[in-house]
Order: sequence, then structure tokens, then C-alpha cells
Amino acid sequence: MNMIRDILNWLGTTLKLMTYNKAGFIGFLATCTILVICLIGPFFIPLDTRTKLDKIYQPPSTEHWFGTDHQGRDIFSQIVHGGKDVIYVAAVAAFLSTFIAVTFGTLSAFAGGAVDGFIMGLTDIILTIPQFPLLAVLAAFIKLDNLTFLGLFLGLLSWPALLRAVRSQALSLKERDFVEAARALDLGAGHIIFRELVPNMMTYIVISFTLALTAAVYTQVGLVLLGLVPVSSSNWGVMISLAWTQGAIFFRDAMWRIMMPILAIALFQLSVITMTRSLELAFNPRLRTMV
Amino acid sequence: MAPILEVRNLTKQFGKGKERVTAVDSVSFAIEPGETVCLVGESGCGKSTTGRMVAGLLEATSGEVLFEGKNIKQLDSAAFRRYRQSVQIIHQDPYSSLNPTQTVRQILTAPLLRHNKVKPGATAEKRALELLEVVDLTPARDVIDKYPHQLSGGQRQRVAVARALTVDPKFIVADEAVSMVDVSIRVSILTMLARLKEEFHVTFLFITHDLALAKYFAWEGRITVMYLGRIVEDGPTQRLITDPRHPYTQALLSAVPEADPELAQHKRQIELRGAEIPSLLALPPGCTFHPRCPYFAPGLCDVAAPPLEAIPEGGRVACPVRRQERVSLLV
Repeated sequence: MNMIRDILNWLGTTLKLMTYNKAGFIGFLATCTILVICLIGPFFIPLDTRTKLDKIYQPPSTEHWFGTDHQGRDIFSQIVHGGKDVIYVAAVAAFLSTFIAVTFGTLSAFAGGAVDGFIMGLTDIILTIPQFPLLAVLAAFIKLDNLTFLGLFLGLLSWPALLRAVRSQALSLKERDFVEAARALDLGAGHIIFRELVPNMMTYIVISFTLALTAAVYTQVGLVLLGLVPVSSSNWGVMISLAWTQGAIFFRDAMWRIMMPILAIALFQLSVITMTRSLELAFNPRLRTMV
Repeated sequence: MAPILEVRNLTKQFGKGKERVTAVDSVSFAIEPGETVCLVGESGCGKSTTGRMVAGLLEATSGEVLFEGKNIKQLDSAAFRRYRQSVQIIHQDPYSSLNPTQTVRQILTAPLLRHNKVKPGATAEKRALELLEVVDLTPARDVIDKYPHQLSGGQRQRVAVARALTVDPKFIVADEAVSMVDVSIRVSILTMLARLKEEFHVTFLFITHDLALAKYFAWEGRITVMYLGRIVEDGPTQRLITDPRHPYTQALLSAVPEADPELAQHKRQIELRGAEIPSLLALPPGCTFHPRCPYFAPGLCDVAAPPLEAIPEGGRVACPVRRQERVSLLV
């Protein structure tokens, strides 16, 4: 019971802290709304797959909020169903890259010597590889049709920049007296990394995570748009890709069809990036006690 | 009695090649259980480096640290962990010695739980509260859930002391433990530390640049004076304060301001030949103090490093100039 109360307390304080930055809080609410619509929406709004020849390329109306596509299908339902996969792949990629960067960045800073040399060497090599062309080339050999696999793949390529930043932060933090005190108290490497160092980098890590998320969305959509990733179903990237290949940009009537997924992606990215302003507040212990 | 801690020819060098500096140069001393020893010297003289090597936080370039008679380098891992816990350090800066993301409760219970000193839950909290009371942070309940930034410098320093006590140490290295604390509460922290010495049978190595403070804290103990990585003089505090033998100790003492104007007027002032401390990168040959020393004897002081020699009044002095000559020059 006590633990549940503590968790609720923590959540309450965190939410309150997040309201301190108006823009950030709006971003947070918008992100939540988009997540709810994309994750729960599909259960309530059926995907419109029926071709209706009399309703091709209709502008937004009360019946079709976002208009209709070239087969007269409702774009709104496609948007609702198309977010899940994009966000899932981006989240997998962001989790993996943040995890690699934080774990090995702190390890590198801590172990020093040969371990540090090896990790940094590898990081430099991965950093010099141009990501997008590599993905394009690899897509020709590997079938990137599994969402989790695609996410892991993107994550495996996007950790180096964050790793370097984490390492430099850990390098400066580890010289602080409280880390030395923890060593004197023999609290162990696990405690020092996860209780002493990581909490002090939390703000930075969370923000990097969201930025990695947005980067993964763009990379993914870019790959789909180029047709390098044969992701079936309707996701935002596929929608743009299809509209593009069918020449939607040349017809005024077809504008809604290509604009809506673009807007959905832009809105999601904007919300996530604005949200980081509030996250900055939520992970600062100094502010926590002022509530 | 066997010394609880002994260092033999302890040396620490930093850097490589031309940039190589010797921060601590062949330092030897021994500390008996229950004794209080103050390490005194200007900044950069290697006193903190010595303290960190004693606490096992920094590896010596050469020489040995013996804790309870055993060389810490030769301990097996279990014994080393016992040593690790037996020797704690209190840092100078209370603003960087506590993790800003943890509450006092987390700071104190982590080591308690890690080393199975208490069971999780209520007993851990009870012990943490007890420790806070030991360091005079009362009422302890008001402090335990605070973050470091909600505490004053003095309070933080007390939390740092309480944290060191969680593992029941036998030896505490207090590295300038009160020099960043407001003068008004220094004495109360020093008194608290002196009380711990009695109650918990902790032996203190007190590192400071302030001779007046050393005199206050270790009146019954000993003072070791360091200059540019070497010990220049050590001895029982009362002898060293009333009858300093090394010209550097004399200069340090004469620089301590006296509150009594009568005393201040008659106080012997030592005129140094130079105020600049030589760079560790280019140490003068022989006695490193000779460029500043008022008793400098050419051909004697600037040739070989003078050895530390025991004197009958107690302690050791490293000065090649005979005592009579030194005194006659003084008059």
C-alpha cells in the first residue's frame, strides 16, 4: 500500500512540475493524446477499406474529417491506424540506442584504459558511416519487413552521438566527491552507475531519448518513402509513399491525401519535442522539493 | 601499541615525461589507535593526495600503506573490502560530497543495507535517525527526507559525517572537513568530531591548511607538517606549537594571526626570502624550502634533500642547519 502511495505521490509531483512550463505541458498533453488515439483508437474506429467510387478525393467534412483518398476511403481512419507502427518502431529504436549509449557510455568513462579505447574507437567508426545510405544498401540485402527488427536495426545505428555525450558527462561526474565517497563506502559499481551517476544524467538521457525517437520516425518514414522498406498495411510513411508514387502532389483535390499523414507526423514530432521542456523540469530534484 | 595505520616511503607521481610531478615524495608516518594526527601544509603540498592514498582511493606510485599491520596492496578481496569500510573519508566540499538527486534517507540507508548493517524498512530508518542525532542534526525527522540543496553547508557536512559512520569505520580521513563551512559553526563540527573519536573509538587523520585549527583539534595528538610533497617536521602538537624546529613550521606559526593585541605585537615574525611557492614541475634541489628559507646556508641546503631526523623533544625534523645557528639568526 505504502509503495502505491509513494508512486502516486511521485506521479502527482511530476505532473505538477511539468505544468510549470506551459508549452512543455501542452506538448505533453498532445503527445499523450496522439498516443491514445494511435494505440486505443483502432479498437473503436474501424479501418475503412471499402472502395467508394462516388466519394473519391473529397475534402474534409463532418462525415470524413480528413477527407477521402483515391478510392474514396476515409483518411482519418487510416491516420488512426497508421500511427501505431511508426511509433512502435521509433520507440524500439530509441530504447535500444539510449540503452546502448547510457550503459556503454558510463562503462567507458568508468573503466577507462583499453575498454574506453575500444568503445570509443567503435563509436568513431559507426559515427563515420553515413546512416541513410547504409540503410538503403542494407535494405537491398535484408528484408526489413519485421517491425521489431526494423526498430532494433535503426537503434543499432543511432547510439554513437548520445554515447559520446553520456561518456563526457560521466567523466565529469565521476570526479565528484560523492562518487569517491560511494567508492570508499564500497557500494559497488552497479550502485555507483545506476544510483549515483545515471540519476544525475537523467534529464539529459530522457531528452536524448525523445530526440532519438523523433529521429527514428524520420529515418523510418524516409526509408518507406523511398520504398526501401516494404512495410505493408497503412502507416503514415506508407500513406505518404503511396500518395507520392501515385502523383498526389500534382492534383489539387489529392492534397488532403498527402497532407494528412505529413501533418500527423509533424504534429507528433512537434509534441514530443515540445514535451522535452517539461521533462527537463520533471527530472530536476531541486524543483521537486519546491512543490 | 601497534599502529592502526602506517605509511612507508609513500610516493605519488602524476603525469608523464616532462610533465611528471611528484605530489607526494617518500612520506612515512605511523598513527596509533585513538591518536589524532593533523596533516598541515599549504595547498598543493600533497596532503590531500596522501589522505586519498591512505583511504585506498588513489593508488600510490611506490611505497606502502599498512592498515592494522598489513599492506593494503597484498590484501585478498574480502580483506580489502573490510579495510575499505574501516577507513572512511570526509571531503572538503559539502556541496559536491552529497549526491544532489538523493534524499538524506537514501544517502544513509544505501550503505547500511548494502553491508547488511540493518534490515530493510523500519530498522534502517531507525538507524539513519540515530546517526543523524549522533552528528547533532536534530530533530532528525525533519532532516531525513530532505535533499542536500535544502540543507546548509554545515548540515551537509554533518550528513557526510553520518554517512561515513554508517559502516562503523575505525579510521576517518577528514580532508579539510571544516574549511568550507561557515566559521561560526566550525567549532561545533570540530567538537562533534572530537566526540566521535571518544564514542566510536575512531582514529582521525585530520588534513588542514590551517595551523590554528590543527592546534585546536589535535592538542593531545600530533601534527605533521608537509611542504611540496615532503614531511618537513612532525611531533606532538604541544611541542610543535611551542617549540617549532623547522623554519617552515616557524613561518607558518608566525603567520597565524593572534586575537590578543598584546600577543600580536610581540609575536615573532619570520621574514621569508620569497613568498612564491616553487612549481612542482621545477623543484629546487636539496631542501625544497631553501629559496624561501631565512636560514639558507649555501652548499648545505641546496645540495641533497635533508633526511627527517628524530629529535629528543619528540618528533622529527628535516633541516640541515644546526639548531643553534637557527636560533642565533632569529635573535
